[in-house]
Amino acid sequence: MIEAIGLTKQYGDKKAVDGLTFTVRPGMVTGFLGPNGAGKSTTMRMILGLDAPTSGTVTVNGRPYAKAVAPMREVGALLDAKAIHGGRTAYNHLLALAQSNRLPARRVGEVLELTGLTQVAKKRSNGFSLGMGQRLGIAAALLGDPQVLMFDEPVNGLDPDGIRWIREFMRRLASEGRTVFVSSHLMSEMEHTADHLIVIGRGRMQADMSVKEFIARNSEQTVTVRTPETMKLLQLLAAKGARVSNDETGLITVRGASPQQIGDLAFENQIRVHELAPHQGSLEEAFMEMTRDQVEYRAVGPGGPGGPGGPGGPGGPGSPFGPGGYADAVPPQHPYTPGQPIGAR
Amino acid sequence: MTADTTPEASAALADNTGASGTAAFPRLLAMEWTKFRSVRSTVFSLLAFVVLTLGLAALFTWLTVNQWDKIDADQRAAYQRDAVGNILGGGFVLGQLAICVLGAMVITSEYSTGMIRASLLAVPRRTPMLAAKGLVFAAVTFVVGEVVSFGAFGIGAPILHSKVPVSLSDHGVLRALLGAGLYLMMLGLFAMAIGALVRHTAGAITAVIGFVEVLAPLAQLLPGSLGKHVHAYLPTEAGHLVAQSVQGPKDLLSPWQGYGVFSLWTAGLLIIAGWLLNRRDA
Ligand SMILES: Nc1ncnc2c1ncn2[C@@H]1O[C@H](COP(=O)(O)OP(=O)(O)OP(=O)(O)O)[C@@H](O)[C@H]1O
Ligand SMILES: [Mg+2]
Repeated sequence: MIEAIGLTKQYGDKKAVDGLTFTVRPGMVTGFLGPNGAGKSTTMRMILGLDAPTSGTVTVNGRPYAKAVAPMREVGALLDAKAIHGGRTAYNHLLALAQSNRLPARRVGEVLELTGLTQVAKKRSNGFSLGMGQRLGIAAALLGDPQVLMFDEPVNGLDPDGIRWIREFMRRLASEGRTVFVSSHLMSEMEHTADHLIVIGRGRMQADMSVKEFIARNSEQTVTVRTPETMKLLQLLAAKGARVSNDETGLITVRGASPQQIGDLAFENQIRVHELAPHQGSLEEAFMEMTRDQVEYRAVGPGGPGGPGGPGGPGGPGSPFGPGGYADAVPPQHPYTPGQPIGAR
Repeated sequence: MTADTTPEASAALADNTGASGTAAFPRLLAMEWTKFRSVRSTVFSLLAFVVLTLGLAALFTWLTVNQWDKIDADQRAAYQRDAVGNILGGGFVLGQLAICVLGAMVITSEYSTGMIRASLLAVPRRTPMLAAKGLVFAAVTFVVGEVVSFGAFGIGAPILHSKVPVSLSDHGVLRALLGAGLYLMMLGLFAMAIGALVRHTAGAITAVIGFVEVLAPLAQLLPGSLGKHVHAYLPTEAGHLVAQSVQGPKDLLSPWQGYGVFSLWTAGLLIIAGWLLNRRDA
């Protein structure tokens, strides 16, 4: 269990994390989402006592991590940045960590086995690939068989096999009743892994709810309709206030009307319908929509409207999105506007 | 590869409960020792230190003996007054650089590689971690330092014998040899403290070596009695007095007083380093 209250971190005049209050519960995977620079890694470092909060508190199992009696038995963490001396072998790296917490040396062999590193245990880690380094970080996190696990962007650099492995692994850890807190900036990655989501943008809380609820709230349902009388149905739907569009094959996409309403409308007007299908909007889209104005570092295409300002030179000090800033100039990525502001506000 | 957290592991870890998993101080020493010995560069640095110091001590002593009639009388007098100090001095002038580098890197390499975060996750109490690191490093440099100082004397004394006979039982010799190891130990800690303050390898090494080899000796040139006092109380200048068999005519401090001054400087820097370590983000 991780509990943060009013957690804030200020770097200079910039708030990287701004008054976050949340609880990460055991027995499930909690996804920690936010675009690049949202403050995820900073929050995790504060949980682990590496960075001191400017204000607010955070506890792990009821006390600050720095006060843990058996630190590695309580929390295992994989950080985003490398935390390994490349000149040391995987085995010695893990052995040193194990010794510090009086964990049996045998445990080192176990976690090496668990992460598939047994073959390279005696190799210096500076020869490791990105994925192997990631596995070594995970092995270190597992050493103390901890109740709370934190992973910052764990799938970075992993191949599809490795990604699947870590997903299953996290689910497994959660099913054993552990607290699993995992960050990502990709919604698609969390959709299938997490039970609960904490979403932040520019250091502020955006949403704290179950994945199911998040999907229900934030992804708009669309309905596709195929009919020989495309134009007629389009007009009728538009007249009812639904937002419609159609592609060159005649397939109509409807927002703001249920399949039932569309079917009834067609029936009442004697329009033949050949296909009628509801679609749940992509969560990725919803997530991007939600964090659109919180994106810290947005790429602007060459010759794009960002112009000379560019992503490197935001409008005014303090606010990267000052008047005339590039963010306003970036055209919306989706041709529709979402029904209502997303999130738990 | 399977996603298996081995429930047996849980059970096994729970076996020796009570003590299991706690980060008690002796465990921190074990950790720091493993970290120290398992990196090739530290082993190489120590090796370089041994070879460099022994080799140079032998070389300089041999050169002195060879040129005995040509070197000036002052220098001959210095050898006659403090043979052991001069034998060691020839090797330590450069050999101690290896200890400076090693001392700084013991801590800065943790920052440059990111290992510091893994260390602090395992041992969130930072002061004990720094203490354990210092203790392990001090023990290593003390042992190696004594081996080298007695070794250098063992090589140098016979070479010098024809001009200045000197033996272990002579006044101050044993103390100087022990003192040389103590000096190196303190020098290592001094460099480690600077490393902990600066946190960058190149910066810390430049600072330590610049101070030890250039700034501190240059202070001798400061004019008047103020300059003399400033120089006498500089950490390494005061500290190396303990590696001489007798107090020199120009030395303000006795050997042990000098070592005390060096120790106080180092302790002060370590305290500041520890305080900052607790305050700064890792
Ligand atoms: N040590 C630091 N000094 C100054 N600013 C910092 C520091 N660490 C982070 N920041 C800033 O704080 C903000 C949050 O950074 P953080 O790394 O926590 O984001 P993140 O959500 O982990 O992003 P990503 O998805 O890219 O990993 C960023 O704007 C970053 O530039
Ligand atoms: Mg990050």
